Amino acid sequence: MDLYKLTAHELEALMKAGTVNSRDVTQSVLDRISSVESQVSAYLTVTGEIAMDSAAAIDERRSRGEELSPLAGIPIGIKDNICTEGTRTTCASKILHNFIPPYSATVARRLSDAGAVMLGKTNLDEFAMGSSTENSAFYPTHNPWNLTKVPGGSSGGSAAAVAADEAVIALGSDTGGSIRQPASFCGVVGMKPTYGRVSRYGLVAFASSLDQIGPLSKDVTDCATMLQVICGKDPQDSTSVDIPVPNFSLALKNDVQGLKIGVPKEFFAQGVRPEICESVWKALDVLKSLGAEYREISMPVMEYTLPTYYILAPSEASSNLARYDGVRYGLRSKHSPDVLKMFMRSRNEGFGDEVKQRIMIGTYALSAGYYDAYYAKAQKVRSLVRQAYDEAFKEFDVLISPTSPSVAFGIGEKSDDPFQMKLADVCTIPVNLAGIPALSMTCGYHDGLPIGLQIMGRSFDEETVLRTAYTYERNTEHHRNRPVL
Amino acid sequence: MKLSREDVEHTALLARLELSEHEVEQLTDRLNQIMLHFEKLQQLDTDGVVPMSHSIPVENVFREDVARPSLSPEAAVLNAPEQRDDYFVVPQVVEV
Repeated sequence: MDLYKLTAHELEALMKAGTVNSRDVTQSVLDRISSVESQVSAYLTVTGEIAMDSAAAIDERRSRGEELSPLAGIPIGIKDNICTEGTRTTCASKILHNFIPPYSATVARRLSDAGAVMLGKTNLDEFAMGSSTENSAFYPTHNPWNLTKVPGGSSGGSAAAVAADEAVIALGSDTGGSIRQPASFCGVVGMKPTYGRVSRYGLVAFASSLDQIGPLSKDVTDCATMLQVICGKDPQDSTSVDIPVPNFSLALKNDVQGLKIGVPKEFFAQGVRPEICESVWKALDVLKSLGAEYREISMPVMEYTLPTYYILAPSEASSNLARYDGVRYGLRSKHSPDVLKMFMRSRNEGFGDEVKQRIMIGTYALSAGYYDAYYAKAQKVRSLVRQAYDEAFKEFDVLISPTSPSVAFGIGEKSDDPFQMKLADVCTIPVNLAGIPALSMTCGYHDGLPIGLQIMGRSFDEETVLRTAYTYERNTEHHRNRPVL
Repeated sequence: MKLSREDVEHTALLARLELSEHEVEQLTDRLNQIMLHFEKLQQLDTDGVVPMSHSIPVENVFREDVARPSLSPEAAVLNAPEQRDDYFVVPQVVEV
């Protein structure tokens, strides 16, 4: 049996039954990494020895008859912008190429407490800025479905690792679509929880009011299992919200009877390819045949979300990235005759083009004389986006749209036009602006590449999103397809 | 509104980025392209709309003023490009 191909819940059942142990599973996935990683390049760091040690420790606990979490002994990947004590965390940036965090992010600690086995750190666009993982300062990741295509981004390494069976589950982060869009491109399940559900402590900040950590997995059940472990109030993150975390496994019901689905037509315009629209409409009909109702609606403000996001996110980034100055960690320029030159040269040598560009946009948008025209204006539009969602959710339980306007594009195809690449995020960005939860899962294929369906829910109602996704998954076969490598 | 080369140089100084000649040119061009897309927002009437900085209500959060374990000085300087006696070393700042 090829253990690396299985989901976490399948592996848990085998480990519980004593058929296999975590060392078998971990070794199987590490062997898989050895055989396909040269083609995919999903990881920046693989921590094989640490993984085998953690697996052995879990096996020991299991043999003593200890009660263990469903993730105990399951090998996972962690995006390399999430701090892991003692293991290099680079954000795929030269400026942090040698950074070894002295502490772990809350999510990493929770996973290790749950007994999950960390396999390594996955590739991303530098500082999570990008939609293709081509902006990694080290190397691009390749889409396991077609190695000449991008895996999406910024959590492209995590999505590719799960799709290529190089990790059973992985963590990503999502600021404007960085979990959902790569999940869509790589044919896996990816979820951005409600803003405030998951602690951001130890997640290297990009845009603090938009960033959220979430799972990428092979199916909806594993998504719910991972959510259960990472959600919850954390005193170390004052924006994490103190409300009870539901038992997400109870949401995994094959039932959408009477579910009201809104279909915002603006998410099917703005350059969304016809084959994508067609596939999403087919999925809506599947849900309808199972007892859900859907209706097309209009949310005109969605036309304005791209420029809104590309003012707000870089503004926050320009402030968050001010900390990289060559003093306390990371790269310091060898040509640092005085402090100001040290700051300016370290930053120029350490940051890549996309990061510099966003810092410049943000700094300009926040600078004296332009603040009202750009930043304040964008914050007002953000209010309107939230209001549009609030209004829609008075009538509908979930909203459904494409995740991305196209299937995975070619490596190098969109690097020239700065705004063309950003259009890849047009369906995912509104969700971050509003702070609501959303999940992407496969609903079809075009040219042999997966198409993503996006299910958006009310704030803190991940359960209805999961139930909708679970029902669709139970009644379709897409989640069983894996790329051939 | 069009960004001049001087705007870009000034912004780079604010952002503490020492850009090369080529980068200044390229960024002037790119920023102007991107700014064009931002103009679209001016079409929207936002009079009376309250700006939104967070999707959830955020307030100052206080905790009891009690000592808690924190990073040791050795751990705190471990990643420093240059350190001495648990201090970060930087080029001279004060004139003597």
